[in-house]
Amino acid sequence: MNNDLKRSIILDNYQFPSNRKIPNDDSYIKINTNNESCIDNIDLYVKLENDIIKDINFEGEACAISISTTSIMTKLLIGKSIKEALNIIRNYQNMIEEKDYDANILKEAIVYNETYKQPSRIKCATLTWNGMEKLLKDKSLN
Amino acid sequence: MHREDFPMIKNNIVYFDSGATTFKPQVVIDSITDYYQNYCANAHRGDYHISQIASSKFEETREIIKNFINSKNTSEIVFTSGNTESINLVVFGYFRHQLKSGDEVLITKSEHASNVLPWFVLEKEIGIKVKYIKLDENKELTIDNLEESITPNTKVISIAHITNVVGDIRDIKSICALAHKHNILVLVDGAQAIAHTKVDVQMLDADFYTFSSHKIYGPTGVGILYGKYELLNKMFPINYGGGMNTLFEHDGYYELKSLPHRLEAGTPNIAGVIGLGSAIEYVNNIGIDNIIKYEEELKKYLLEKLKELDFITIYNANSKGPVVAFNIKGVFSQDTSVYLDKYNICIRAGNHCTKMLKDEINIKNTCRISLALYNNKEEIDLLINVLKNSENIWKEIL
Repeated sequence: MNNDLKRSIILDNYQFPSNRKIPNDDSYIKINTNNESCIDNIDLYVKLENDIIKDINFEGEACAISISTTSIMTKLLIGKSIKEALNIIRNYQNMIEEKDYDANILKEAIVYNETYKQPSRIKCATLTWNGMEKLLKDKSLN
Repeated sequence: MHREDFPMIKNNIVYFDSGATTFKPQVVIDSITDYYQNYCANAHRGDYHISQIASSKFEETREIIKNFINSKNTSEIVFTSGNTESINLVVFGYFRHQLKSGDEVLITKSEHASNVLPWFVLEKEIGIKVKYIKLDENKELTIDNLEESITPNTKVISIAHITNVVGDIRDIKSICALAHKHNILVLVDGAQAIAHTKVDVQMLDADFYTFSSHKIYGPTGVGILYGKYELLNKMFPINYGGGMNTLFEHDGYYELKSLPHRLEAGTPNIAGVIGLGSAIEYVNNIGIDNIIKYEEELKKYLLEKLKELDFITIYNANSKGPVVAFNIKGVFSQDTSVYLDKYNICIRAGNHCTKMLKDEINIKNTCRISLALYNNKEEIDLLINVLKNSENIWKEIL
């Protein structure tokens, strides 16, 4: 994927993010993901039914990388089982950390495959993914 | 001005984050190296020559600080690890022992975390109440609003001299006069003020005044607590150990040293204190009045240029301090700072540790430019040019 295409996917997901809203439904689990560098701050709302992620919404104030990757994450994970979702998240984290990963299951999310070159953006790119991982792991233990 | 004195400037960096920490002039770096290379010994400990040089250089800084802020005597000048420790010492070493449940402390929502959280903790521990003085439409503190907030229970006013995002310069002299009329003590957080305005603690009549070395061209890891002698004399140390006692016995009996040493347990940051001494001498040689005048001109120029850009929102156009808070419309502050960094321009993005200010300006995150004596108009022109080209921001940062 060339840089222009990557940029336009990121920008599209920043300016017109998918699933950016606060659900009017208290069956969603809410978690806050707050960057310790004290800038990005996003709430995730997750609706689980049995082992399946039925829906994800998010809202907050954050940079272009954080917002866009959260938008892409919601699209990738909605409809997946917890196990499938955790696998996608692990592959994404591996990509950001320059380890081996399966590009096929990451789809659009591979636009961040060079984020490691900008160390200051790594937290932005992983904030909500890490938050989602924690939530799903907590749920699968219950 | 005096750019040639600062080695960091030679790295081609345009540095607009002096509110976070300032660059250091070569003389400060040299004085620290000189200590480590030529008389590295503990202060107040040895009878040998180099220890005596270290002690006298260390105490010389106290004299320099005393003169710089015009305190009555050196026993009112306490060395700490930084402004944060200075404030914590006042809150936990003094006010924890003086206040009682129901007493009120007045702060504002534009205070830095270090002048908020210690009070929150005291609120939990002994039941004092933290109350907020209302800010005006420019997010500044007025004497009228202060007067309205005072109740018979108000015991302390704890505020910044200059705030770190809005940059308003508080009229500390009038605030102290009003406070003292009501038997209220005033703690002034001088972190953002010390390098940018004249501080005369006797003229201001502040009860406590705190600041950090590293925001006035000195090294990190050193701070100052000034307190009126009679108040410091009632302050309990937070740390106990060497250097602060005169004797102790096996049965638990001990006696402590006189001020200020009683409040300075353990080996201090000797190199840092000596470095701070040279930093203050450096400022004195240029003259704080000349620095103030120069920075005012720069700030005026920066504001004029920024106001010409219709895609910029400025949040504190009226404030007098050397700080401008802004955003590019539609761009998150962090994205702006990453973009400017591509041109070696350093600014701060975020909430700048003033997490309650969002209640006031309805926006959590801003870009902040903070000026110092080594900035110049050419740097501002460069910033403005880069901002003018910011329609390319996404191409450059994504």
